[in-house]
Amino acid sequence: MVRLITHNLLACHAKGCTSNNFPLRFENARVELREAEFNGDFLQGFLPKIEWNALVDTAKQLGDTSLPPEQPEMTDDEFLKNLHHVLMEIHVEEGVMICPNCSRNYPISNGIPNMLLADYEIA
Amino acid sequence: MSRPELQAPPEIYYGDTEAKKYTNNSRIQQVQADMTYRALELLNLPPDEPAFLLDIGCGSGLSGEILDQEGYIWVGVDVAPSMLEVALEREVEGDLFLQDIGQGFGFRPGSFDGAISVSVLQWLLNAETSHPTSSPPHRLTRFFTTLHSALKNPSRAVFQFYPSSDDQIQLITSIAQKAGFGGGIVVDYPNSNKAKKIFLCLFVGSGGSTQQIPKGLEGDEELDAKVRFEQRRHREQRRMKGKRKPGRDRDWILKKKELYRKRGKEDVPRDSKFTGRKRKPVF
Repeated sequence: MVRLITHNLLACHAKGCTSNNFPLRFENARVELREAEFNGDFLQGFLPKIEWNALVDTAKQLGDTSLPPEQPEMTDDEFLKNLHHVLMEIHVEEGVMICPNCSRNYPISNGIPNMLLADYEIA
Repeated sequence: MSRPELQAPPEIYYGDTEAKKYTNNSRIQQVQADMTYRALELLNLPPDEPAFLLDIGCGSGLSGEILDQEGYIWVGVDVAPSMLEVALEREVEGDLFLQDIGQGFGFRPGSFDGAISVSVLQWLLNAETSHPTSSPPHRLTRFFTTLHSALKNPSRAVFQFYPSSDDQIQLITSIAQKAGFGGGIVVDYPNSNKAKKIFLCLFVGSGGSTQQIPKGLEGDEELDAKVRFEQRRHREQRRMKGKRKPGRDRDWILKKKELYRKRGKEDVPRDSKFTGRKRKPVF
């Protein structure tokens, strides 16, 4: 159940990996679409927190190109609908997330990513 | 009081049997729900604004279900796979992560509008290996610093936990302060053995107006909130025994027949002196 909303907040937290550690890259991702309730207010409030380029790139990786490459200044209903679909309804069920900096793998199984680190990786 | 955190590390203690308890035992569920509501109350989020919350130690998703009901979008982390499996079965809305909070989070700065955690912090107070990163102060420091950066400014984080001594509270609050948090301990029902609950209420930033530490609840626990054993019901039952049940007497039958006739039902027997009369005991 890794939605892109959480993926967009997630960076690698292994020891010494402090820069260029975002966004994690999906590999072998099995995507599932699940409908979620639309909440316009929440999306509006969440917009400033989003790393737009990361979100668009990741969505493209997963085969969704409904988002504009630049974050629009004004938001209309259709844009919010698309954003809602990308953020809340695309679930990655299986696969691996890979840190672009240290290449550490975070496997996802059953929709739950395993973020546990080994002793030597803890900062 | 038995202390589960002294028996085994959480990912082992909360195995399949213990995880099952959290779905089957209504008392555990009730206690967890009460504490979640109280934690949300202490979080003091602006009303009618859908917030993005972090549930630390979400376990089987009991608190997550409440967050769903209240309309929050949330992300849960837990270290016990069995509990997360239960959470999947319950089909909670939030995203779940298998993560050891003592290792720190990887969330980007300012991600969350708040964080709650029910009965988790005490698990960070035991060293499981002799590795230096496994010592409680190190784990707590890592936890609080990464959490502090993951929360937006201003916001709050509320932790309900079970400290076994004042030293532990001291350790936790001092490390949280070093990580940049303000705030302190809130104790609900301090004079009750059973209902006493300890909350750590942490603030990120003050945002101009200083945040006040909320007051703990005083006095006795609300008794009306729970179902109590009622002697009265037994007494009532005993009194009612032997008495004939009301209804089904002549008046009741006549009323029903009248009703059926009004509705146009056919073959309603006519009324006579025998209507609703008791048969003799010997038939």
